[in-house]
Amino acid sequence: MKVAVLKGGRSLERGVSLRSGARVEDALERLGHEVLPIDVGPDLVKRLGAERPDVAFVAMHGVGGEDGTVQELLEILGIPFTGPGAAACARCMDKVQAKDAIDEAGLPTPEWFAFNQTAFREFGAADALGRLEETLGFPLVVKPSRGGSSLGVKFARSPGEVPQALVSAFSYDDRVLLERFVDGRELAVSILGDEPLPVVEAILLEGDRYDFEARYEIGRTRFACPAELTAEEERAVTETALATYRALGCTGFARIDLILGESGPWLLEANAIPGLTDTSLLPQAAEAAGLSFEQLVERILDLALRPAAA
Amino acid sequence: MSIRHTSGMTEVPEPTHRRRSHAGTRDLERYAGLFAERTSVMRSSAMRDLMAITARPEVISLAGGLPDTSTFPPQSFAAQMTRIAQESAAKALQYGPTEGFEETKDCILEVMGAEGMLPDPDDIIVTTGGQQAIDLVCKTLLDPGDVVICEAPTYPGAIPTLCSYQADVVQVECDERGMQVELLEQLLAELREEGRRVKFIYSVPSFQNPAGVSMSLERRRRLVELARAQELLVVEDNPYGLLRYGGEPMPPLYQLDGGDFVIYLGTFSKILSPGIRLGWAVAPPPVMEKIVLGKQAADLCTSTLTQYFVREYFAERRWQSYVGDLVEIYRGRRDTMVEALRTHFPAEATWTEPEGGLFIWATLPDYIDTGDLLAKALRADVAFVPGQAAYVDGRGSHSMRLNFSGVNDEEIHEGVRRIGKVIAEQVELYGTLTGEHRVPEPEQESTPNVVPFRKAGEVG
Repeated sequence: MKVAVLKGGRSLERGVSLRSGARVEDALERLGHEVLPIDVGPDLVKRLGAERPDVAFVAMHGVGGEDGTVQELLEILGIPFTGPGAAACARCMDKVQAKDAIDEAGLPTPEWFAFNQTAFREFGAADALGRLEETLGFPLVVKPSRGGSSLGVKFARSPGEVPQALVSAFSYDDRVLLERFVDGRELAVSILGDEPLPVVEAILLEGDRYDFEARYEIGRTRFACPAELTAEEERAVTETALATYRALGCTGFARIDLILGESGPWLLEANAIPGLTDTSLLPQAAEAAGLSFEQLVERILDLALRPAAA
Repeated sequence: MSIRHTSGMTEVPEPTHRRRSHAGTRDLERYAGLFAERTSVMRSSAMRDLMAITARPEVISLAGGLPDTSTFPPQSFAAQMTRIAQESAAKALQYGPTEGFEETKDCILEVMGAEGMLPDPDDIIVTTGGQQAIDLVCKTLLDPGDVVICEAPTYPGAIPTLCSYQADVVQVECDERGMQVELLEQLLAELREEGRRVKFIYSVPSFQNPAGVSMSLERRRRLVELARAQELLVVEDNPYGLLRYGGEPMPPLYQLDGGDFVIYLGTFSKILSPGIRLGWAVAPPPVMEKIVLGKQAADLCTSTLTQYFVREYFAERRWQSYVGDLVEIYRGRRDTMVEALRTHFPAEATWTEPEGGLFIWATLPDYIDTGDLLAKALRADVAFVPGQAAYVDGRGSHSMRLNFSGVNDEEIHEGVRRIGKVIAEQVELYGTLTGEHRVPEPEQESTPNVVPFRKAGEVG
């Protein structure tokens, strides 16, 4: 089969995407497929038109490749592709949209308020900050609505830190959200087809639990898979994740990130195209389920070609 | 499997994969148990990934540290290489002595002589670039946990080397006159009290990377006195000493000390070419003996071919005029960048106006994180090095390093204009968010980032 691997592009996560892509290409070759690696650029449509691959493996992260843009093009070109469709990708990429959908489905997600720059620049939204801070409490989390790999995510510990955190978050997107901080265990549930894979837990290695930035530094966090959960916890977590996956309209695969607090799971976000590098969580979860990386890639292709097989 | 037929040679099966293929699926687990402990301190981050996109062709990169090699005359390069091929091919293609050729050392003596130093050639070792000299010094002197004192900010490229030898890096703040040696004294006393072992002090005293500042004569004197009194080594890294665009030449630490407690590192990268990978170290004989053993273990000897090239190049007796040409070019680019900063950066920003070297260090208001700013800048197709890269403890997040040697005047203007624009947007946004449009501070003399002194381990 001729498989186009779409990777790279101009997003801030280009580096991770190239690594995901290279690993997928290796696996596809070993599986005996004809591989067409494409570093996505202005010639994408022309190349796809000329090469007519049987299927496109989308190994792109961030804006452009994970937000439905490339997926929309592939839908128009009639080329089957891996991962969620254009609409689901767009919903997952935008944390505000995703939280709206999650909330509407009656699933738990930490309380939040979203603003775009215009609200601050033209309508004096800054004057509402005090009240929001009272509602959300401290610390609170400030995030760009669209952005991956935790770039621009800041924790404000006091009112004085909020404006600075907003400036950082606005560096990545025009819209940001302020979210209540929920304390608990950090979990990720990868879903393949309609099957939740074993839960991964991110465990902080050093620093105290309020050293928030440490969570995002590779090397300061250890990942445990499967996470040590009671049967009850595990059921609650995977059911919530699966319900989220469906509420967002995902197909193929996705990774759902959540916090397991005292009262149960809280949904943070969904990643339509989680990383596939050798340190990424989806491959780790697949491996814990007994799937080799090749088997994972083959299964993802299957799901793209025969959605009904899910 | 296809077989490649080559006449007169054994048949070799043609490799089937264009790229290394993974041995299996348990990639990480398979090797994890084999990694040395020191690899755990080699950290990666999303920010490093971000730097990967600075290589896009449409991006004006002020992030590099590249000298301009485009002015080196190709005819001269061709003539020298031809001469080597015709006259010394066999020798130039052979291994050489671990310490380097005597002829290369003669060239080094000329370069060091130009800054008033006259070391014993036996104290010199030729290395594969200045970076290897740093590595060899660490290899020779450091046990895991030993303290190394650096400037704050320090050369970003030294940090991974120090970390890979598991050094405990402590940084001493710089001001416009370089490392604050008064603070260093205080720190040394504290460390002694805590019973922590300091092995050496790493400094780039002239036209520092990244801060662009030079250590004052008074501080240089005090530093070598301290080293002598406490029997500590100072590692003086001096890649830029000859790239001086103004001010008076300053004696290197090596000259002030006489070479007893100063290990001197030099390089041909900035005065000739980084591509030839030639640098050197000068150290007292007992230290040099160990460094030579380390070098032997690392790569036996430095490239013979490029040592021949340097020998031929120096024989032309034009190296100083070439450095003079570079100085003219870089001085112009520095002026262009300073002017562009005055035009395009907000009044709240400060920056150094270096009298030499390749870099300007700019510091922004404390509510701007230059790592996040880089994401915004990259969308505007411009890049710089976020200040955090020059610290081991997360500081520096409001500063940036800007390079002016590897870009032309037009690129400098446009690059600084683009950065200025994204900063202005953030300054304005912050004003809107806090409701206080900050009154721009009056134009003041630019000083480098001066942050209150902190001890090691304190993360702010």
